[in-house]
Amino acid sequence: MKATLAVLVENHPGVLSRVAGLFARRGFNIESLAVGPTDNPEISRMTIVVDGDERVIEQIKKQLNKLVDVIKVSFIEPENSVSRELVMIKVNTEPEKRSEIIGIAEIFRANIIDVSRDSMIIELTGDKDKVNAMEEILRPFGIKELVRTGIIAMNRGSKCIESPEQ
Amino acid sequence: MRITAAEALVRSLEEEKVEVVFGYPGGAVLEIYDALFFNKKIKHVLTRSEQAAAHAASGYARVSGKVGVCIATSGPGATNLVTGIATAYMDSIPIVAITGQVPLSQIGGDMFQEVDITGATAPFTKHNYLVKNAGDIPRIVKEAFHIASTGRPGPVLIDLPRDVAREKIDFTYPEEVSLKGYKPTLQGHPLQIVKAVEAINSAKRPVILAGGGVISSGAHDELMRLAETADIPVTVSLMGIGSFPSEHPLFLGMAGTHGMPWANEALKKADLIIALGCRFNDRLTGGAGGFNKNTKIIHVDVDPAEIGKNVKVDIPIVGDIKNVLCELLKRIEKRSRKDWKDYLEGLKGEDVVEGCGDISPLDIIGELYKQTRGELIVTTDVGAHQMWTARCYKFKHPRSFITSGGLGTMGYGLPAAIGAKIANPNKQVIHITGDGSFQMNFAELATLRENDLSVKIILFNNRGLGLVKELQDIHCGGRYSQVHFGFLPDFVKLSESYGIKALRVESKKELEEAISTMLEEEGSFLLECILTMDVRVKSMLGKEEAYESHAGSLG
Repeated sequence: MKATLAVLVENHPGVLSRVAGLFARRGFNIESLAVGPTDNPEISRMTIVVDGDERVIEQIKKQLNKLVDVIKVSFIEPENSVSRELVMIKVNTEPEKRSEIIGIAEIFRANIIDVSRDSMIIELTGDKDKVNAMEEILRPFGIKELVRTGIIAMNRGSKCIESPEQ
Repeated sequence: MRITAAEALVRSLEEEKVEVVFGYPGGAVLEIYDALFFNKKIKHVLTRSEQAAAHAASGYARVSGKVGVCIATSGPGATNLVTGIATAYMDSIPIVAITGQVPLSQIGGDMFQEVDITGATAPFTKHNYLVKNAGDIPRIVKEAFHIASTGRPGPVLIDLPRDVAREKIDFTYPEEVSLKGYKPTLQGHPLQIVKAVEAINSAKRPVILAGGGVISSGAHDELMRLAETADIPVTVSLMGIGSFPSEHPLFLGMAGTHGMPWANEALKKADLIIALGCRFNDRLTGGAGGFNKNTKIIHVDVDPAEIGKNVKVDIPIVGDIKNVLCELLKRIEKRSRKDWKDYLEGLKGEDVVEGCGDISPLDIIGELYKQTRGELIVTTDVGAHQMWTARCYKFKHPRSFITSGGLGTMGYGLPAAIGAKIANPNKQVIHITGDGSFQMNFAELATLRENDLSVKIILFNNRGLGLVKELQDIHCGGRYSQVHFGFLPDFVKLSESYGIKALRVESKKELEEAISTMLEEEGSFLLECILTMDVRVKSMLGKEEAYESHAGSLG
C-alpha cells in the first residue's frame, strides 16, 4: 500500500536529515520525497510517498509527529487530490529522428528546453503515470540522462493543510 | 549587562534550578568551565569518563524526578556521552547533555576533536540543537529542559561551538516555551476512558501491567487505588519495578523472558490486560509466549507512537498515566475477584537458582532485604545479578530501583549510584553489580571518594559473563566463547586502593554479618561475594521462542 504524506516542518538546516534518518533507522521505505519552503518562509513542506502496510504507515505518521521540528503530518488521499512531478529527460536525437521527438513532446505537452546537435532536453510535468509513459516512449531513442523532482501533491477544493496557530 | 554565551548557558541552568552537573572538561568547553568556576550555585561533579557523567545525570534524574545535566567536550568527549544518552533515551529519562564543539566557522573541516554529535545522537535524543546564534542560548536551554521533562521524558543535547560560546549577549530568560511541533497529549480521550471503565468493570480475569511510565508520571498511588478498588493483580516490566510494592498481596512480580512464570501466566490467561506506560518490548512479550487472541488490551501511554507499535491494542488511551488513572478511578466499581486471584496464587512458587555453590545469589539478596526492608535505592549493572535483583528484592517505593532496562548498558550502575546518592543523600544507596559490568566503569570509585559519597557495592563474582554464558548454553550447544575472564583483579585490594573498605565472602554463614557491616559503614563499602562459575538465572525462554511469540502477538 502506498500513501502520500504532506509534512509541514520548521525550515531549519538539519530537518531533512532528521526525517530521512528516521525513515532509515525504523526501516520505512521512501518512494519519493520532495521538499521546499511554503508561503511562510519559516515553514517548509515535504511531500513523502511511502510504501508499507497500514500498521507501518500509521507508525510513520506517529514517528514523524514525534520529531520536534515536524509541525504537522497529513495524509493526502489520491481521489481527492492532484499530484505532479517534474522530469527532465536528455534524449538522443539523430537529425532524422528530431521531428518525431518534437512531435512526441507536443502530444505530451512537454517543453524542449535545450537542443544540441545530437541531443535534446525535454521538460515534462505531470502525475506519475504521465511521466512514466513519456519515459517509455522516449526509451527507444536512447535516454542519456533523466532527473525527476519527486511528487508534490495538494488536496482539491478548499480543504487546506495549514500550520496550527500557536 | 552583556555576558558571554557560555555564561548565559550557566545562568540558564540556574534559572532551571539545576543544583548539580556531571561532567568532564576539555578544549571546546573551556568557556563553559570558566563560567562554572565563578558560579556559586551549581555543584560540578567531575567523573572519570564522560560516559559516567551521562549515567550519573541519569541516576540523578531517576531518583529526583528532575532533569539531570551532563557536560562534555567536543569529539571524543561527546562520543563518550553517546552510550549514556542512548541509555537514557531507551528508558525515557530526562537529561540535558551539553557538548562543546569546534568553532562554527570551522565546522565541517575535520578539525581537531571535531565530530558531528547532533547528527550522531539524532536517533536517540528526543531533540538536539547545534547553537549557531549566541542570542538563542536562553531560549534553547528553556526548550531543552521543557522537551526533556514533559510528555514522554528523554534526553536532549545542546552542542555549543566555541566561538559562539565566547560571543556576548544581553541575557533575559524566557518565561514560556513556544514550539509549534511539540505539544504532548496529557489528558486521555473521554470516550476511550468510558470504554476502558466498561472493560475493567466487566472483566473476569484482568491483570495490570505497569511499566516505567507509571513511575515517571508519579502515578503509583493511583495504580494502588485502581488495583485495590477493582481487586486486580499487578505485574510489572523491568522498568516498572517499584511502581507497586512487592509485598502487596496483589503483586505478581516481574513479567517477561526473565520474569516470574506466574506473572507470565497471568498475562497469558487474562481476559483483559491494562497496560500502563510500558512498551510491550520483546523482553516482555516473549515471556508471555504471545497473548491470547481473545485477551483485550487497554494501553495507556503518553507517547502515541508506542500504542499499536508492538501489539494490537483494543482500547488505546493517549495521555499522562496519572491523569488517565484519576479519570478511570471516578468510575471504577469495587470488585472481588477471588477465583482469579486464587488461581494465580496457586501458581506461585519459590524462585530457584541452579548451579549454586555455598552461596546462592538469592541468599545475598534475601539477606539484604531482611536488613533493609525496601528502604533503600538500588542501582544495578546488566547481567545475571540484575535479573536476580529485579526478581527477588522486594522493592517498596517508586524511584528505588535504578537499572538500564531498554539498552542494557553494562557499567551503568556505579555512576548512576553516584547520581542517585547526590539526589537523595539520606537514603542508603546500594549498587549491585557483577565482575563483568564492574570492570567497565570502576574508575568511578574515585568520584565516590572525591565527593565523600557513601555507596555500598555488592559485587557478584562468578569470574565471567553469566548471562551470555547461559545464552551460549541455549543457542550454541554449551560452547563457551569468551565468557570466562582469565584474569581478574583482586577487587578487595582494588577497592582499598581507592580508600574504600572492602570485604570478601565465600560462604553463606558469613553473609549476615558482612551485610550488616557493610550497611553500618559510614562511607562507601565494597562487598565481594564469590559465586560458582555455573550459577544460572534460569526461567528464561530461548530467544527464538520469544521472537516467535512476539511475532504472534502482532496478530
